[in-house]
Amino acid sequence: MYPSTFEYYRPSSVSEAIQLLSQNPDAKLLAGGHSLIPAMKLRLSSPTALIDITRIPGLSGIRDAGDRVVIGATTTYDEVMRSELIQRTLPILPEAIDVIGDLQVRNLGTIGGSLAHADPAADLPAVMLALGAEFKAIGPNGERTIPVDQFFVDLFTTALQPNEILTEIAIPKPAGRTGMAYEKFANPASGYAVVGAAAVVTLGNDGRVSAARVAVTGAGPYAARRTETEQALVGQAPTTEVIKQASQRASEGMTFNSDVFASDEYRAHLTRVFVGRAIAKAAQRAQG
Amino acid sequence: MQITVKVNGVAHTHDVEPRMLLVHFLRDVLNLTGTHIGCDTSQCGACTVLMNGKAVKSCTVFAVQADGAEITTIEGLARDGQLHPVQEGFWEMHGLQCGYCTPGMIMTAVDLLQRIPNPTEEQIRHYLEGNLCRCTGYHNIVRAVQYAAEKMRA
Repeated sequence: MYPSTFEYYRPSSVSEAIQLLSQNPDAKLLAGGHSLIPAMKLRLSSPTALIDITRIPGLSGIRDAGDRVVIGATTTYDEVMRSELIQRTLPILPEAIDVIGDLQVRNLGTIGGSLAHADPAADLPAVMLALGAEFKAIGPNGERTIPVDQFFVDLFTTALQPNEILTEIAIPKPAGRTGMAYEKFANPASGYAVVGAAAVVTLGNDGRVSAARVAVTGAGPYAARRTETEQALVGQAPTTEVIKQASQRASEGMTFNSDVFASDEYRAHLTRVFVGRAIAKAAQRAQG
Repeated sequence: MQITVKVNGVAHTHDVEPRMLLVHFLRDVLNLTGTHIGCDTSQCGACTVLMNGKAVKSCTVFAVQADGAEITTIEGLARDGQLHPVQEGFWEMHGLQCGYCTPGMIMTAVDLLQRIPNPTEEQIRHYLEGNLCRCTGYHNIVRAVQYAAEKMRA
């Protein structure tokens, strides 16, 4: 058997899961397992216990909460992209999920698992930053809300405490004339994002950009907003020239990853190009 | 830990170590060796089975996670000696050479055709992205799925 031995727990409530986390400091939460199990098979990760949270009632599912859409943490990619509510209100999610992994991965991988794992090349972190999501986490001292802008703090590191569980992702429904797009340059072998760019653009009645959120993943150690680019868009009509100028600023103030496939210089270039494409597509969709 | 898994319509109860992968449970405990292991890294899709109707890589699921689930393997597709339309498609359109990737390809194609009964060539290639064939191109595999789609719609 490939992985080393571990205890397997299957709690039936969040509080039971938190108790197990406190009792087993080397435990890992198991949801879809599609980042964790491959790492365990290679023994890159050898947790002493797995706490399977997929059968906890209420942790999975998608609901309409008025001005927000709330997605349970153990909802699979496949369930998210097939949700009529998501397709109608947050079409960037199906667009991004469609280019994650492959069908088998999307059938089991969960939205909360991906976000809590915070792989620097995962797609959804950039999408959540662009959407302005809020994360609900429950720990021994109760629950708290973490805004997405404070969630991704470093490589594979989030604002979650070791004994906290991410339970819900709440996403505001976009206002008025809003368009959104995800553009990805995928590694041809792994399918992971070398660079992925997400843009959510809202237009005012005058046709100018009234709000913009732009974020990238894959480029640096963790997914990040590109605020200089956002500021260069707001108040402007989204012309080709304006988008070009704004996307030129997308690589400012960022540290880029460098590997055998793409140097830091190349990733900076890809960031500018794919941010530009995502904004152009989002603006076009906002115009209807 | 004791688990009960319904495989190809038959319930099986066994004691397994938590670290046992579903693919090893199918192959080594139940002797269903039609499900293949092609890689150690969750990439090739040769081990694909249906878990509660959805294609999953059985090398990336612990058997304990499948407790209470319904699994369909390649052995469970034919009915009364009649090949499943996807199996027939691979036969008719020469969709295999060595056959190693074939069980996984077929199970993924079954999931695809449940979702999209009339897929385009582009959709077939997109949905089969998690299944690798190293013999040749994917051309005849795509044709096999198209054959099955047509037959299942008829």
